[in-house]
Amino acid sequence: MLDSDPAKKLSFKRSITNGDLVIVYERHDNMKAVTISEGSVLQNRFGVFKHSDWIGKPFGSKVFSNKGGFVYLLAPTPELWTLVLSHRTQILYIADISFVVMYLEIVPGCVVLESGTGSGSLSTSLARAIAPTGHVYTFDFHEQRAGSARDDFERTGLQNLVTVGVRDIQGEGFPDEFSGRADAVFLDLPQPWVVIPSAAKMLKQDGTFCSFSPCIEQVQRSCETLQTSFTDIRTFEVLLRTYEVREVKMDGVEGNESGSNGSLPCKRRLCSDGSNVVSSSNSSVMARPCGEARGHTGYLTFARLKCLS
Amino acid sequence: MSENNEISKNLNDRTTWEGCSVLLDINDGDRLVFARLSNAAKLKIGNKNYSLQPLIGCAFGSIFQAESGPQGPFLSHSLPSIQGNDKTEEVKEGQVNDEPRDNRALIDNNTAQSLTGDDIEAMRREGARGNEIIEALIANSATFETKTSFSQEKYRLKKQKKYAPKVLIRRPVARSICEAYFKKYPTKIGFLRVDTLSLLLSLANVSSSSDVLVVDMVGGLITGAVAERLGGTGFVCNSYLGKSPHSMDIVRIFNFSDDICKRILRSPISDLLSQKELPEQVLEHADVCNLESQSNEQICASVSIEKISLSSENGISDLGAKNTENTNVPGKRVCKAAKAGEKSPPEVIDSWKENGFSSLIIAAPESDTWTLVKDLLPLLSNSAPFAIYHQYLQPLATCMHNLQIGNMAIGLQITEPWLREYQVLPSRTHPCMQMSAFGGYILSGTKICDS
Repeated sequence: MLDSDPAKKLSFKRSITNGDLVIVYERHDNMKAVTISEGSVLQNRFGVFKHSDWIGKPFGSKVFSNKGGFVYLLAPTPELWTLVLSHRTQILYIADISFVVMYLEIVPGCVVLESGTGSGSLSTSLARAIAPTGHVYTFDFHEQRAGSARDDFERTGLQNLVTVGVRDIQGEGFPDEFSGRADAVFLDLPQPWVVIPSAAKMLKQDGTFCSFSPCIEQVQRSCETLQTSFTDIRTFEVLLRTYEVREVKMDGVEGNESGSNGSLPCKRRLCSDGSNVVSSSNSSVMARPCGEARGHTGYLTFARLKCLS
Repeated sequence: MSENNEISKNLNDRTTWEGCSVLLDINDGDRLVFARLSNAAKLKIGNKNYSLQPLIGCAFGSIFQAESGPQGPFLSHSLPSIQGNDKTEEVKEGQVNDEPRDNRALIDNNTAQSLTGDDIEAMRREGARGNEIIEALIANSATFETKTSFSQEKYRLKKQKKYAPKVLIRRPVARSICEAYFKKYPTKIGFLRVDTLSLLLSLANVSSSSDVLVVDMVGGLITGAVAERLGGTGFVCNSYLGKSPHSMDIVRIFNFSDDICKRILRSPISDLLSQKELPEQVLEHADVCNLESQSNEQICASVSIEKISLSSENGISDLGAKNTENTNVPGKRVCKAAKAGEKSPPEVIDSWKENGFSSLIIAAPESDTWTLVKDLLPLLSNSAPFAIYHQYLQPLATCMHNLQIGNMAIGLQITEPWLREYQVLPSRTHPCMQMSAFGGYILSGTKICDS
């Protein structure tokens, strides 16, 4: 996903090779991660796809099955990965992930500590942000889950940026070897307040902290504990509203743009004066919020280690 | 680990230096000032000028208190242990359930305070420190003891802001810069909220070694935020229609090293498009662009009026303070900062044409979205993601519809982030009373091969 090898970088000349990880896109809500293996096939409701037909095609290609059905082959990104990864736990989604990375001020070269690893959804984006010179140390007390996460980072090519440790962070805190070395600490644990003293010990001066908790009671206790050695304590909730766009034919609309034949310049002119876009005299492109949305993910509590010098 | 590498040192410096750019947070965000530290730089608080010299060599996150001494006003480093602890106790005491006091006896007749302005001035002349004045005000307040502990805390805070202003040194990074502008000068960054900016960077998969094409008409905020994520690898190409590049002033606020500045390039869109088309077509393009910008000028006009009135209202202090500071900047740092945004060398442009950009971000409220996307999308590698910001929904809806019809991209989605902050206090937790109701819209998607 973050290959330092220039030959693997996304480019007009880059084509799919044996062993590549591709995201097979059926629809925006139906994707699947596939590792190309010459003799394999992908079978879905559109028919049978031979991997060997995909090798040599550029990423972004539309490929057809034996029955004429088609899918798109995309290069993996942390955003696509979050949509296809296997859910071993509840995962963080793009709005929270993006906000966490920016608010923790994670940039290339940072050392980030994370617990729990869970399904590795956030870790993948943390790795992207610290690359190529930083490192993510992520801990989970569940040995099998840590192992699966490790396999995933291998598969997405992040193994040099992320190290998965098996450790009960709530019970034991972070390992002493990281004392004073972390630029940022992220917690997604049931009792984050227990780990806050350890997190403070790990952080560099002015280092950033974030805890993700679904319940306000957890936030309440965390914030109380944070007062001792942290400052700038702020709690947020971030959600996304998505919109659907469609062209709607409407009766009774007088073609006030006589002479327009739906060409693009016409759209543009109409658009820039703020009125509805009319692509022909009786149809409009309109947008409205989708009827359903995720109403709550969790509260994000951020803080900054108090500066003692 | 390679974490102690040169690049990381620069982006991650935790102590200020001479010539360093800082964000000064005065009285918990009441005022936000971007400044460059030097022996000569001054900060005006109230009617007094304070030298910024004591801030050089301090850790980011340090707090200073404005004091007056025999040599005039000065900023003194205040110790965090004293800062934090009394506040903590205050909060812990203040359990709502066991709070017996209330405001039933409060009569607002402006006679509660027995100290006069002259008394305070006299104390000052005798060299009283800010905290001593606050204690005196409390001791002479007839109502202070009857206040609830919350309103006592509020009273103390109000007096502290006036008589002992606090200055916190923040690191100027994408987060703090975006928040400061959003709070004080939102028009300059096209109302781009920090969570929206973070989404743009994610959705466009900005990562080390990538070549990111941007159209940044939000003062250079996007360019700077992308360069920060690139950390001295890859390139960010700040592209523009016509002949004059868009302002990138905000880029200079970041403390970018030479390595990072070299990765910020500028290019007219026509240069990126040339050779892919016949010469006549390029000309035609230029005409369209000109027409476009003319027709948009009318819209711009109303926007810019808004800007002017806004800035005159807020005065020249605060964010504008960097103007006065700039004159004091030692030469070395200036030329460093000036290096960001050089014109793209032909060989780099050629390599972009050959390989394609790895992603595209557009934040161009004053240009037609679809026209830009139509031109720029073919410059992206296949399977490259893009993210387009706009304050208005309709241009994005049109653009999305056209992309769908033209079969140019998949995974198309228009999203609007919603951000709510909470007050978290014992037994008094609730969403903040004021919130930003709108952070803008994003159209995102992935480019696919022409079929």
